[in-house]
Amino acid sequence: MITGTLAIGLAHYLTVAAILFTLGIFGIFLNRKNLIVIMMSIELMLLAVNLNLVAFSAFLGDLVGQVFTMLVLTVAAAEAAIGLAIVVVFYRNRRSIEVEDINKLKG
Amino acid sequence: MIIASLAFYLFSLMAMVGALNVIFQRNPVHSVLWLIFTFFNAAGLFVLLGAEFVAMILVVVYVGAVAVLFLFVVMMLDINITTMRRGFLTYLPVGALIGLVLLAELALVFGGWAVAPAADALRAAPTPNMADIPNTQALGQILYTKYAYLFEVSGIILLVAMIGAIVLTHRRRVSSRKQSIETQVARRPSDTLEVVKVQTGRGVSL
Repeated sequence: MITGTLAIGLAHYLTVAAILFTLGIFGIFLNRKNLIVIMMSIELMLLAVNLNLVAFSAFLGDLVGQVFTMLVLTVAAAEAAIGLAIVVVFYRNRRSIEVEDINKLKG
Repeated sequence: MIIASLAFYLFSLMAMVGALNVIFQRNPVHSVLWLIFTFFNAAGLFVLLGAEFVAMILVVVYVGAVAVLFLFVVMMLDINITTMRRGFLTYLPVGALIGLVLLAELALVFGGWAVAPAADALRAAPTPNMADIPNTQALGQILYTKYAYLFEVSGIILLVAMIGAIVLTHRRRVSSRKQSIETQVARRPSDTLEVVKVQTGRGVSL
């Protein structure tokens, strides 16, 4: 084992995951027009969560973290499929995917 | 060991660059491509952590399926990119502020957190020694036994998502001519056939 700045610990991975998660949140607020980029930002946030789970799984020596990561991946894939289907249907009806235009339920 | 450390910095830096580009790219197609890049680098990080199976799943599921799905949808929709960027700069300060607040919160949480001493005893499935049994085999051994129900539930979730996506996007085309089997089967000779006795020299009126 080497010590000092080159030794990679749990903290390093958690930092990367935190930055990725923050970038995902940032992307949601930044791209208020484009629904697809918002969904991509959500995928980024899920990726950050997965990174956290796997990092804890590796450093605490518990395999369940990786099992849970796979479940999160499943749900993320399902979410992407359903979400994109809704986006496609919405685009067919309104010819737009801007968040501001999604106000039909307002009455 | 030093190579692993350098690889960590490379992968994590590239993942952040990719994530930044996902957000800031003008063209959604480029965003999707940068998303794929980010996922590849995250898979590299997973490999560094010793989770090879999850890393490969990430590549197969995300790069192979989800990112391509995004790409299809982006190309299917005729999006006007210029109007998409309107208000980008007005949202920038608010977004940056919220992002920074969140990052500070995460840093605070992390700063005040330590592994509980009893955490080792609470492990649900301790990782076996990597030399004895590979990661994929170890995962399979608990996924199909201890977590079989979760595995099946995730299968059902995928099934529901598949059916839901098909039901949502399927539309019946009015213009397409399709065979109507039930009409064909329900057809009787008496509906269409008429036997006429023709008398000589008279003919029939149609």
